[in-house]
Amino acid sequence: MSDTKYKAPDHFQVDELFSEEHKIVRASIRAWVDRSVKPIIEDYANRAAFPVHLVKELGAIGAFGPYIPEEYGGAGLDHMSYGLIMQELERGDSGIRSMASVQSSLVMYPIYAFGSEEQRKKYLPKLASGEMIGCFGLTEPNHGSDPGAMETHVEDKGNHYLLHGAKMWITNASIADIAIVWAKDEQGVIRGMIVEKGWKGFTAPETHGKWSLRASVTGELVFDDVIVPKENVLPNIQGLKGPMMCLNSARYGIAWGVIGAAMDCYDAALRYSLERSQFGKPIASFQLQQKKLAEALTEITKAQLLTWRLGTLRDAGKATAAQISMAKRNNVFMALNIARETRQILGAMGITGDYPIMRHMMNLESVITYEGTHDVHLLITGNEITGIPAFK
Amino acid sequence: MKILVLIGNVPDTTTKVKFNADKTAFDANGVQWIINPWDELALTRALELKETADSCIESIVVANVGRVETESTLRKALAVGADEAIRVDADPKDAFYVASQLAQVAIGFDLIFAGIEASDYNGAAVGGMLAELLAIQSVSAVSGIQLENGSLKINREIDGGSQTLAMNLPLLAIVQKGIAKEPRIPAMRGIMMARSKKLTVATPIEVEPLTSILSFELPAPKASCKLVAEDQAKELIRLLHEEAKVL
Ligand SMILES: Cc1cc2nc3c(=O)[nH]c(=O)nc-3n(C[C@H](O)[C@H](O)[C@H](O)COP(=O)(O)OP(=O)(O)OC[C@H]3O[C@@H](n4cnc5c(N)ncnc54)[C@H](O)[C@@H]3O)c2cc1C
Repeated sequence: MSDTKYKAPDHFQVDELFSEEHKIVRASIRAWVDRSVKPIIEDYANRAAFPVHLVKELGAIGAFGPYIPEEYGGAGLDHMSYGLIMQELERGDSGIRSMASVQSSLVMYPIYAFGSEEQRKKYLPKLASGEMIGCFGLTEPNHGSDPGAMETHVEDKGNHYLLHGAKMWITNASIADIAIVWAKDEQGVIRGMIVEKGWKGFTAPETHGKWSLRASVTGELVFDDVIVPKENVLPNIQGLKGPMMCLNSARYGIAWGVIGAAMDCYDAALRYSLERSQFGKPIASFQLQQKKLAEALTEITKAQLLTWRLGTLRDAGKATAAQISMAKRNNVFMALNIARETRQILGAMGITGDYPIMRHMMNLESVITYEGTHDVHLLITGNEITGIPAFK
Repeated sequence: MKILVLIGNVPDTTTKVKFNADKTAFDANGVQWIINPWDELALTRALELKETADSCIESIVVANVGRVETESTLRKALAVGADEAIRVDADPKDAFYVASQLAQVAIGFDLIFAGIEASDYNGAAVGGMLAELLAIQSVSAVSGIQLENGSLKINREIDGGSQTLAMNLPLLAIVQKGIAKEPRIPAMRGIMMARSKKLTVATPIEVEPLTSILSFELPAPKASCKLVAEDQAKELIRLLHEEAKVL
């Protein structure tokens, strides 16, 4: 029983391409967002606070690691379902989606894909239920788009490593119980490790003053000679490929997620334009406003078809990093443009928190930057076409 | 003890209702289907009863009359926690037809929940008819149900107050809103588990519906609203005289 008037656009009957189960997944997360996110999110974003009580709820509904097998606490669903979950969460807020993206794709995924059986058993069920929060430390103060040049490193001390360095712009940093940290060993090879909160020398100060993703925690991870037992290193991965595979999974989810934000903006603007009258008629009757709405619907439709195809490929194990990169870039840009254009349809009302558009717009400024910037993703496609990496 | 919950498959409550060209049938194109809100609350209460510490409930079965498209509605009921589902493979023609079909599968249950009405045709007849066909007692407008040591306590909203009844099993409870607080949302694991739960398709019996639909009519469109500024009382009076013609 949904109280909201929200109507997701589906101009090309993309719904027919989803299974009944996919639609139940989508409807469930949509209902949860209506019940638990929509009523509170403006207030939290306003106060720049993370609604930490939602972590357990996200765990209970199954938004963490839905594609992780059930024996580790996941739901064993496919990637199309994961995409739809991200889409619906981001209709609520990109910050909530970011929390779930990080937990699923950047923390649970590497432990599942590269971890030992003991690591899987120890961490995955608690991460799935939301009893434990994770974060992912790749970006550093001096290395964002170029993480391969990271300075964080470990020294081999026989039965343990000694970790030095600092990570920056880390989602969930100060509330996380564990951090997946990427650091170079003495041979310069990137290794992943699970670092626990409370370990000596490890601090995670929060970053304040964000005008974007205000309902999401961002912070630093500082490692000052932190002793990392060797059993906490992810045994089955070495090199930049490790974090890149995680980012692939997260970017896939972002390509879906932002459609949710775009549809929320479109829906709010469409309804407003039909209700608001100027010059004696609804503003929806003016060509310039129709242009904004028609273009928004066109772009949403293209993005829906793109992600459906991407989901099909990913479930078949065939989606390439370059395809995911293109979808992330295209869809985030689409959503950000729709937020900017539809905000204008609301006139002055559009700048208030009575409508979600301004919040989505500000959030999407982070989304177009993290997980590979808009520019760098274009260069990935350029590299794919020409075989020449222009980002180096 | 076994509970049966009747599950109506109805258009989402935000659906824009349209009819076919000759106005004899609902146009289901592009419609999203949901569990009838009253049935969803009934199922929620059944699950709560099953989960109580001293629960003697072995299983909760859900049933509907509908074609294969309605199975996703039943799957959703399984995903929130029902143990088994039955679908009688027929178009739900009218209340008597539906009750007659359900009477074939509603055998051997101690407690049956029916919604007081369905949000599509609001007929409010299936529950009572089914109890009569099964020859078991029924109680309507149930807004609360407690199960203690195998005996039932029922609350009913009545004009100007409420009533508490002690009832014996078997019973068909026709429930209204208030029976449970909020419907449950299926969790991802539940959706996954629903895949392997039993969904039986039953063949319908021959029975003639008691009614036939002649035509549907949409309510007249709402007239537009005119706002008159507070210092324009004269204009308001003129409009009431000349346009609305109510003075
Ligand atoms: C809210 C938020 C949350 C985040 N969460 C995480 C997290 O959880 N974990 C994590 O590890 N990181 C996280 N990040 C960091 C994010 O991934 C980086 O900000 C991003 O990779 C870009 O790095 P940078 O900010 O250092 O920008 P830079 O790399 O300095 O880029 C600055 C500008 O230069 C351009 N540029 C850089 N290189 C090239 C090139 N070769 N050719 C052309 N243009 C180029 C970029 O496109 C960009 O426009 C988060 C960031 C934000 C804002």
